Amino acid sequence: MSGSSAMASEAGPLATSADPATMPSATGTSNEVKTVEVDSHTINFGPQHPAAHGVLRLILEMKGEMVERADPHIGLLHRGTEKLVEYKTYLQAMPYMDRLDYVSPMCMEHSWVLAVERLLHIEKDVPERARVIRTMFAELTRILNHLLNVTTYALDCGAITPALWGFEQREHLLEFYEAAGGSHYHVNYFRPGGVARDLPADLPGRIATWAAQFPKFLDDLEGLLTNNRIFKQRTVDIGVMTAEQAMEWGFSGPCLRASGVPWDLRKAQPYEIYDQLDFDIPVGRQGDCYDRYLIRIMEMRQSLRMVEQCLGRLKPGPIKILDNKIVPPKRGEMKRSMESLIHHFKLYTEGFHVPEGATYTVTEAPKGEFGMYLVADGTNRPYRCKVRAPGFAHLQAMEVLSKGHMLADAVAIIGSLDIVFGEIDR
Amino acid sequence: MASLDRAARSMLLSELVSGMALTLKYFFKPKVTINYPYEKGALSPRFKGEHALRRYPNGEERCIACKLCEAVCPALAITIEAEPREDGSRRTTRYDIDMTKCIYCGMCEEACPVDAIVEGPNFEFSVETREELLYDKARLLANGDRWEPELAKRLELDAPYR
Repeated sequence: MSGSSAMASEAGPLATSADPATMPSATGTSNEVKTVEVDSHTINFGPQHPAAHGVLRLILEMKGEMVERADPHIGLLHRGTEKLVEYKTYLQAMPYMDRLDYVSPMCMEHSWVLAVERLLHIEKDVPERARVIRTMFAELTRILNHLLNVTTYALDCGAITPALWGFEQREHLLEFYEAAGGSHYHVNYFRPGGVARDLPADLPGRIATWAAQFPKFLDDLEGLLTNNRIFKQRTVDIGVMTAEQAMEWGFSGPCLRASGVPWDLRKAQPYEIYDQLDFDIPVGRQGDCYDRYLIRIMEMRQSLRMVEQCLGRLKPGPIKILDNKIVPPKRGEMKRSMESLIHHFKLYTEGFHVPEGATYTVTEAPKGEFGMYLVADGTNRPYRCKVRAPGFAHLQAMEVLSKGHMLADAVAIIGSLDIVFGEIDR
Repeated sequence: MASLDRAARSMLLSELVSGMALTLKYFFKPKVTINYPYEKGALSPRFKGEHALRRYPNGEERCIACKLCEAVCPALAITIEAEPREDGSRRTTRYDIDMTKCIYCGMCEEACPVDAIVEGPNFEFSVETREELLYDKARLLANGDRWEPELAKRLELDAPYR
């Protein structure tokens, strides 16, 4: 039984009986009929529910099958990354960034390296090839993320087939991850000043082959979902967010653009090589679950355009800055030159020192504005690191979005917000 | 006319039928799944799997106890103790990796100046107890002996990029 419903039902009968004139005596109320109607109940959605997308515990106050109140409880995946990073060198903190939003690891790394580069004042020195590689992988990551979201979203709405095929495409993308960084998810590939290693020689060709067949897959995926009446019944006009509301709740990324606000950090404040790429920002109109789905599909097409452009721009060249105080020297050099060996040892023990300063560096992660607030105190470790996770802002709107909808719609809304707990709980 | 067209499509369940047709088409396509324990996907030379300590071709262990891997390990999973051997060379007396702590970031391999500690291609080392994941030097060297052909191959393939 929930507290608020009991109070609400008490208010009625007690308010009328509170008048002392109608009350013969203190004991005379026995013949008075007091109706207490309790028709609302609270259910615990998650943290083990498969549709909760991770460890979301949602306290849903229901009236019949209608959601009256949705109260997200978070913190079940809290690992203290922000605090942990204060005790790691800038290089050692890299692998922990992958684990924030574990569905789009390289985009998380991206914010970190850009923030560190900005503090080191080397953001202009990063070689072109490194920028292209990083942009390309950020866009591949966006496709990776949206593929997971769209297909599992279909799963939430009762369609199994998209997930089965979508994961095949994801597997291809994860193989590119593995070829570049050595693992499917926690790649630890970007570095302040460039990327860890150059791309294997055959990788650009493999990515091009994949990119050639991907539009066909997207068309098939859309053929299954976009006009499907069951999918539309589950998503159209569910969880509507107006543009004003979306901005008030701090939305960003596809969720904001679905509400009709053409705000994309890649266009608004371009970083890396986004100002040189030709792409469009898809914008929705209704701000409902269906629009959020459509935006993600269209963003995948735009990302694919960008990947193809990046492949065209991939010219041979260095993939790291030349300053061996920040990036390790080439292995061959390290074996031959004493100075390089000293740099190698210094870098892997002490790391590099970052001059005093603070930065709030944002990137357009697949889920929205992913910000890294970093304060450096001149040592080899960050003084403070604060992560601005887009999912956190999206999740808090759960109550507004799901109020008055059915229980099954709450599942659709969670899916459409693209919640990943790695970044929300950090 | 457009509304008539829409109504006709709606009545004939066109989008559902085309979806079903697509599903049926995929049904006859070659399968992309693999029969896992018997078939495995390809791994890149950079794959970060189970750790191994390598030896030189003459049997001498490569690790010189410089402790770079211990210093760089973000998860503090590596513990090294060292003292000079009888012949005066510096070698480890203890080299432990707590595989329950390891986050497979590959920093140890990157930091190692003599290619001694590497993350090999093996990813099938699940065990039943936690204690079995506390690897000591003997275990790591045994891994190295067992996987040496693959380890040398992948280092050679990746050498131009390092």
